[in-house]
Amino acid sequence: MEITERKQPLLIYMVLFVCWLMLLPVMASAAASTEKQAPGRSMAQQATKSKKLWHTSDHSKHKVLQKDFTSGAELTQACISCHSEAETQFHKTIHWTWLADPADKKRAYGKAGNSLNNFCISTNRTDDASCLACHPGWGTSTESRVNCLVCHSQTKMNFDEAITDIKGFLEEGDDESKEMAREIQAELRDAAQNIGLPARQNCGSCHFYGGGGDGVKHGDLDTSLVKPSKTLDVHMGTDGQNFTCTRCHTTTLHNISGRVYTQPAATDRKSLVEDDLVNKITCESCHTDQPHKSGQKMNEHTDKVACQTCHIPDFARVNPTKMSWDWAQSGKLKDGKKFKTKDEFGKFDYMSIKGQMKWAKNVKPDYFWYNGAIKSVTAKDKIDPAGTARVSWPVGDQQDANSRIYPFKVHIGNQPYDKINQTLLMPLLSGQKGYWNTLDWNEALTVGQTSMGLPFSGEFDFVETTYVFPITHMVAPKDNSLSCTACHSKTDSRLANLKGFYMPGRDVSSFLNFAGWGAVLASLIGVLIHALGRFLSRGNGKNRKED
Amino acid sequence: MTSNNGKMKNIYLYARFERLWHWSQTLLIIILLLTGFEVNGAFKLFGFRTAVEVHNFVGLTWLIAFAFFVFWIFTTGEWRQYIPTTKKMFSVVRYYMYGIFRGEPHPVPKRKDAKHNPLQRIVYLILAALLLPVQMITGFLYWGYNSWGDWGLSWLSLQVVALIHIAGAFAILSFVVVHVYMITTGHTIFAHTRAMITGWEEVADKESVGDWEYKTKAKTA
Repeated sequence: MEITERKQPLLIYMVLFVCWLMLLPVMASAAASTEKQAPGRSMAQQATKSKKLWHTSDHSKHKVLQKDFTSGAELTQACISCHSEAETQFHKTIHWTWLADPADKKRAYGKAGNSLNNFCISTNRTDDASCLACHPGWGTSTESRVNCLVCHSQTKMNFDEAITDIKGFLEEGDDESKEMAREIQAELRDAAQNIGLPARQNCGSCHFYGGGGDGVKHGDLDTSLVKPSKTLDVHMGTDGQNFTCTRCHTTTLHNISGRVYTQPAATDRKSLVEDDLVNKITCESCHTDQPHKSGQKMNEHTDKVACQTCHIPDFARVNPTKMSWDWAQSGKLKDGKKFKTKDEFGKFDYMSIKGQMKWAKNVKPDYFWYNGAIKSVTAKDKIDPAGTARVSWPVGDQQDANSRIYPFKVHIGNQPYDKINQTLLMPLLSGQKGYWNTLDWNEALTVGQTSMGLPFSGEFDFVETTYVFPITHMVAPKDNSLSCTACHSKTDSRLANLKGFYMPGRDVSSFLNFAGWGAVLASLIGVLIHALGRFLSRGNGKNRKED
Repeated sequence: MTSNNGKMKNIYLYARFERLWHWSQTLLIIILLLTGFEVNGAFKLFGFRTAVEVHNFVGLTWLIAFAFFVFWIFTTGEWRQYIPTTKKMFSVVRYYMYGIFRGEPHPVPKRKDAKHNPLQRIVYLILAALLLPVQMITGFLYWGYNSWGDWGLSWLSLQVVALIHIAGAFAILSFVVVHVYMITTGHTIFAHTRAMITGWEEVADKESVGDWEYKTKAKTA
């Protein structure tokens, strides 16, 4: 009896101890989960914690929108009747002017000016009507009023086509046509009443199609981002944060932040911690420049390596993007007719009107020092046709405190240039006299250069060119980001081409390594010979005692 | 030349701290060599990231541990055992190059207060006063690369620091190779190793140790 009484407490203690032991890992993981979070991650979560939009207006209740519209101008006027300053504001933005700085008439950077690329080359100062499909006015006229719906209607619809159809059916005048017109008008009315901040679909209707097709230009912007998964874009993923474009591309007076050509998108590296009204356009705006857990080496990379470099391991991960375009191959005919061929992605890799093109998926970016600005040649600048001419290139330098290593898509072109004037040439592509109709370079170049107000000597050839796109979308989940050895490697470093600085793991002095291993080897051989000597002479150890 | 009478005597040669210091430094240096050469790209073992993290942690640990060694060596006066001398240097060199094969006795046997022969004195002085500190300083600078601006060291070149650090690593590795071999040259293969583990070493009789070898004359009595 006594024995059992004395044993019971011990048993209880043992059971308690075992329970406590079993609880340990749970407690440890609970403690770790609160501590493990990187401060930059907490900041970002804080910044996006709750964005409850609240509206004071229901556009479907506005009388001015409850009518049958017959023209784009009528629709715009309806919007302006309340949003009195919207159109004036918008007229001053680059989205409307297509000029980086409308006051700079001489250089005239911008797609409506002297800028060009190595895709469809130029808008010919907006003479090329096909380019204007993306101009946010009505139809293809730069004189029209602003089309508010293209950015603000939450209904997916081709508004220009709707207006054309309404006009056409009303002109025909018969009952059936009138009925058709009324149906389209009803759809348009619904779209005009369904208003909100721009969604991914709105911005994407142009930006996903840059270069005239899905994913042609950017590599990190295509229709896969309309409804992306978290794996494709950790911020925009519909199964995650579901960010819209304007979540980061914040806006002032219809000026949308994030344009990175003539000047950086952000000139300082402030985060919301330092300035709660900062533009949320950079990663650091929300994540700060110490985004990883404290004490981690990655935090010490942020001064020289952009977040995008490690966190966007590849671009075009769902849809392919165009990597090269050789205009010199255009103009071939099959049975006297223009033709096209498709590649393994179902994309056109040859078109008589465009030439040879190469598409790719899961592309490894190229890396350059980049301070946020892109330099580019214009239609007026001389180029060196001897090698590859750069149409645009990132500005930056390892010595520059504002430059960091940044990923890029480099698009290779082969495009016409003037052999006498040594400038790139701006052919007119669409329309009656355009190359796509005539396949006549001479005429297309003459008309195109005339529209630009620039000379054409009549002698042309093709030159290989490069054009760069900074890669910043399609941020992968952290588990898919690059590992150290993607760059810190002797054999296949992604940064193999960036010279002028020492990088552990990538850079070795072959002389030092040769001398060093040589010394180690010499030491080893030396002691082995000595050991052999001792063994053969048996002079050491036991023998000495025997003496 | 030698006055060794051939008799062996068991003496307590290495203090507990000394042995702890020696073996902890052994461990730290082996880890540092393995991780360091992985970062340098010589081989793959732990993975680059782990290698960097371990190397940084162990390197800083070594730096702190070394401070204890410096404190110990000066408070105990052991530093005197590192004063270089040319006395009997030739004999020692001759011993390792010739005498050892003939079964001759070591010209400078060990004593508690005379642990190092002339060759060891110079080698350990260079190691403890030059090579290891250079390695620690370059390692610390390498580790603190991002703070160079704050430390007023923007003029430093990472490449130069890195290359000195790598050169130092090769020197230490070469030392390790020779050192590991040399410890087998005691009167038995493991005599020296045993001494560094237990503290006790069998050494030649007292008469064979010259007075000059002792760090303090008073202690010879």
